Amino acid sequence: MTAPVLHTVRNNRFWLSPQRCIFWEEEQALILSDLHFGKTGHFRKHGIAVPQQVYQEDLQRLVEQIGHFKPGKIIAVGDLFHSVANKEMDWFLKWRQDLGPIDLTLVKGNHDILSESWYADAAISVVTGTYSIGGFGFVHDPEEVTDQSDPYIFSGHLHPGIHINGLGKQSLQFPCFCFGKNSAILPAFSKFSGLSIVKKKKTDTIYAIVNQTLVPVT
Amino acid sequence: MKLQQSKGYQIIDQWLTGKGFHAFAFQEQAWQGICRGESGLVNAPTGCGKTYSVFLASLIQFINEHPDRYLTQKNNGLQLLWITPLRALAKDIGRAMEEVIRELGMQWRVGIRNGDTDTAERSRQKKNMPEVLIITPESLHLLLAQKQYPELFASLRIIAVDEWHELLGSKRGVQVELAISRIVNCQGSQETSAQKAVSVWGISATIGNLPEAKEVLLAPLQKEGVIIRAQVSKEIIVESILPDEIEKYPWAGHLGIKLAEKLVPIIERNRTTLIFINTRGMSETWYQTLLTVAPQLAGAIALHHGSIEQELRLWVEDALHTEKLKAVVCTSSLDLGVDFRPVDAVVQVGSPKGIARFLQRAGRSGHRPGEQSRIYFLPTHSLELLEVAALKTAIREMAIESREPLLLCFDVLLQWLCTLAIGEGFEQAALYREIKSTHCFADITETEWQDILLHLTIGGKALQQYDEYKKVEIEDGRYVIRNRRIAMRHRMHIGTIVSDAMLKVKLMKGGYIGVIEEWFISRLEPGDVFTLAGRNLELVMIREMDVLVRVSRSKKSIVPSWMGGRMSLTANLGQILRQTFDKALHNEDEIELQSLHGLFALQQELSHIPRHDELLIEQIEDKNGFHLLVYPFEGRQVHEALSAILAYRIGQSLPITFSISMNDYGFELLSDQPVPVDDSNVRELFSTDHLLADIQKSINSTEMARRKFRDIAVIGGLIFQGMPGERKKARHLQSSASLLFKVFEEYDPNNILLKQAYQEVLMQQMDEVRLRMAMQRIHDHSNIVLRFPKQLTPLSFPIIVDGLNRNHFSSEKLEDRVRKMQAQLEK
Repeated sequence: MTAPVLHTVRNNRFWLSPQRCIFWEEEQALILSDLHFGKTGHFRKHGIAVPQQVYQEDLQRLVEQIGHFKPGKIIAVGDLFHSVANKEMDWFLKWRQDLGPIDLTLVKGNHDILSESWYADAAISVVTGTYSIGGFGFVHDPEEVTDQSDPYIFSGHLHPGIHINGLGKQSLQFPCFCFGKNSAILPAFSKFSGLSIVKKKKTDTIYAIVNQTLVPVT
Repeated sequence: MKLQQSKGYQIIDQWLTGKGFHAFAFQEQAWQGICRGESGLVNAPTGCGKTYSVFLASLIQFINEHPDRYLTQKNNGLQLLWITPLRALAKDIGRAMEEVIRELGMQWRVGIRNGDTDTAERSRQKKNMPEVLIITPESLHLLLAQKQYPELFASLRIIAVDEWHELLGSKRGVQVELAISRIVNCQGSQETSAQKAVSVWGISATIGNLPEAKEVLLAPLQKEGVIIRAQVSKEIIVESILPDEIEKYPWAGHLGIKLAEKLVPIIERNRTTLIFINTRGMSETWYQTLLTVAPQLAGAIALHHGSIEQELRLWVEDALHTEKLKAVVCTSSLDLGVDFRPVDAVVQVGSPKGIARFLQRAGRSGHRPGEQSRIYFLPTHSLELLEVAALKTAIREMAIESREPLLLCFDVLLQWLCTLAIGEGFEQAALYREIKSTHCFADITETEWQDILLHLTIGGKALQQYDEYKKVEIEDGRYVIRNRRIAMRHRMHIGTIVSDAMLKVKLMKGGYIGVIEEWFISRLEPGDVFTLAGRNLELVMIREMDVLVRVSRSKKSIVPSWMGGRMSLTANLGQILRQTFDKALHNEDEIELQSLHGLFALQQELSHIPRHDELLIEQIEDKNGFHLLVYPFEGRQVHEALSAILAYRIGQSLPITFSISMNDYGFELLSDQPVPVDDSNVRELFSTDHLLADIQKSINSTEMARRKFRDIAVIGGLIFQGMPGERKKARHLQSSASLLFKVFEEYDPNNILLKQAYQEVLMQQMDEVRLRMAMQRIHDHSNIVLRFPKQLTPLSFPIIVDGLNRNHFSSEKLEDRVRKMQAQLEK
């Protein structure tokens, strides 16, 4: 794994990992979005044989990131789970127990439709709307971010991707981190997710995730 | 007893005589064979009684077996199963059959079963099968998904497969093979001892491999069978519509429209003209243009293509029969089917890409015995005139293409097993023997079969303890689907024609216009105007699966393009085309070559005109980068394979990235750096050494397999398209084919459907035999001519400007590539 890249917003230090998450130094928090846990299980339950290894690997990647950054808390900016409960989520519960006392806050996304008791059992604090901490805000859908919003807002939902063009009709696309003036959009953590291409504004700073490396897009 | 002495023959012969007809020799031969219980293939063009060759035999057979009671005997159960590829054909064929039955005074009934058949009719059929059932391959599979289906086929005597040449070589043909194998075997297991074996008859137009077509069809019967040929020959006159001035830089699609005026006198001179256009989008443009240049034709011309609402299409077909129309602008939607007798001229706009298709379309005109078929060719770019010259030669030599049957289509097999599992269920060992009897799956291995069963029962490899995979279950050794929702979803997805999600286009004030692909409409904004079914429509909004529009008076509109339908030049035509180049600037007897003189002169001046034993390679540098152009004239499909191999081989000597474009004449490798190809290494690029290994590697490094995977994933049941009533929930089950492909590549590279995607590229596109032949021709026998033109040449222009840009190849490290692309942008 290559080293995380530092990106500073309003004097806070955010370490971007090519594993599709951010470590926020000031708050000792791991920020990630759109994990869609249970998606493979949901498909398989309905007779669509997608490989379950995707889910396994997503969870392992998360474990590694936690091991690396040793955060005090985790902020999931929505779509932590894909759909209704299934056995894969039992596995998540087991993993959650092993994880111990790290705070896990979920900013509810459109896919998070599990019951309150389920979240309580999993020791997940659920926030609807915007979650505010340390002078920053977190909301699932970037549509809900207004231009005037004062705290800098992190969101997800889009699964942002960026096109890069070159000479000779070359064109590539990658998942990316997208930092705007007042808000940022996180890439989807799950590898079982598509991309929606974002257009780069002049004031945006975008990091493309190219294999295991982050490449700033100019 | 001799056929002619049988009662059935005499009754049918009398009936024919009464109508002033005579049985053709090939019809009598077919009757003879069918009454003897043989199976086989009837080779006859449309419009000379091919339907009667099989249908009347079925009546003769019945009369002979019930000589005293044939007039009164009712409810005989299914006797004749008539499989047809086109729904639109069913009605006409059914009507023709009913007429015969009525005039003979028999009690037989004719039923139609396809996507349009309502549920009431379906359940009536189930209770009491008509004697003749006309069905599409998809509906036949649905029938076999019912419980107790074997009872329906207990009385069946003949399976007829109409237009077999169209089905062969497609996955629908594989569906037919599987259905036949099941029907034949479920009959065998019936206990009715008096059962006579079913016979199978294909009906096919002329193709290059008729004996193979017959073998594929009859494989499940394990019978040799006979081929019966109709000796009908018709003179075909091909006439080119020449532009007044030839543009030296041909650009697809632009020349044609300018020639629209030249069509008007042809339309006026003939009773009815069919105008064939290669794509649905262009047919919309042509319809509009004809109305603009000849407003007097309003009301007398119509548009017909697959995305137009069915009622309108049927109206057009009826109006053709009754001579109400002077001309119809159509696509391959009118390729097949019953004859439109009033048609006396056919216009082909743009290259037909193959000889068989061109002949079939020409045959649409002049149906009366002794009449000529007349086809006009209207080029959409000037080089296509060369293709006509080649086509004329091909017709003289009757160099008609083969249709290659598909092998080991695991996606279709997975679908088939689910189909059987929701009906009667199956026992795996018996079914393994059965599917091995088909041509498509004759070479399936035990391991592949087990992989397929595992895919269905446990979903491939799984982490057992957290898995809830559910599809096919095993109960007492039978494979069955018990989950009703999975069964319902499967029923809705039976079929092998994959298109992008289609949305219905409806008027705000009510009225259905047609369908349009989702990807096209998703690029439009409300207020944008597009054209469908010849009308300019303004997009109001998209609601669920409906596109709501209102009629627009706007002059400007966007013409939709539909994916697919782009054909590749066939090998036969390619070869003749190469030879036609020899005549350029030398022997310009043919009018088409004469008119291209200016273009060839410029090509010669800037570069070179390749002779049939030469391969021309041009290298041109411009602001877009470095172009390497190669002209093998092998058709787009082979060019896609060949270009991938060349890119791979060049990429072995240095890190380099290519964008690859192609058309039927050649291909282009475009790079941002000079391409190291010169006299010293060029021949080696076409060497057949290590060809197979290089093919494998170049497939892996381009997107060819990923594109194939799209259809496979849908047919194999990994992607579900629209689901009425379950729309919201289904969204949680949606993923794109490219995402699935990526996921399988990374986590389950041995997945059976993924393997098929590579296999399909290897067998259909990277056909090793054909590639090896092409490369051997170039490597061993061709003089390779390298040229470095200072500007674009007439041959290169259509590829660079208009070629299909499909593949990318890179031997550079991805990270390096991104950095370089970024640096280029900053310059």
